[in-house]
Amino acid sequence: MADPQSRIADIVQSHDVVLFMKGTPLFPQCGFSSRAVAILDHLGVQYDSVDVLQDMEIRSGIKQFSDWPTIPQLYVKGEFVGGSDIMMEMFEAGELHQLMQDAQVAPAN
Amino acid sequence: MAADEIAGLIRSGLPGAEVEITDLAGDGDHYAARVVWDGFRGKPRVAQHKAVYAALEGRMGGALHALQLTTAVPN
Repeated sequence: MADPQSRIADIVQSHDVVLFMKGTPLFPQCGFSSRAVAILDHLGVQYDSVDVLQDMEIRSGIKQFSDWPTIPQLYVKGEFVGGSDIMMEMFEAGELHQLMQDAQVAPAN
Repeated sequence: MAADEIAGLIRSGLPGAEVEITDLAGDGDHYAARVVWDGFRGKPRVAQHKAVYAALEGRMGGALHALQLTTAVPN
């Protein structure tokens, strides 16, 4: 199997919007992940998620990948956007909506 | 971690920062921090948060699980 850093790079490059989180969008296992999911659902964009609790290599590797100590982490078009606090700040300022529009992200089904 | 310890680390890492800590659940484990610092000026949000995490010297995501962080520059 490829090393964790290149696996993570593959994931963020191959998904327009991807959230690394604890649990799943239906069953988040942490309040911060739950908040991140709620924001994405509210924006109405299509996104994928990776449950780090199912993969210890990704769970520790993702912290090095963007030099960011916590989960959840949001990536849009391969770029690290932030954790749930930054998502909330950007959402409230209308910036997250703008970012999704600029990135031409597909709406949720 | 105690609220005073969190605030102390942030203040020593970011000299002159205004730090306000709220114990969200009253359990000494879930905090919110608001950090206002002139050094954030002109920096993107990710860089601002990283500066605070650096001041916490690796405790974020470890000893400190739940810290809701808001950063701003002084008016």
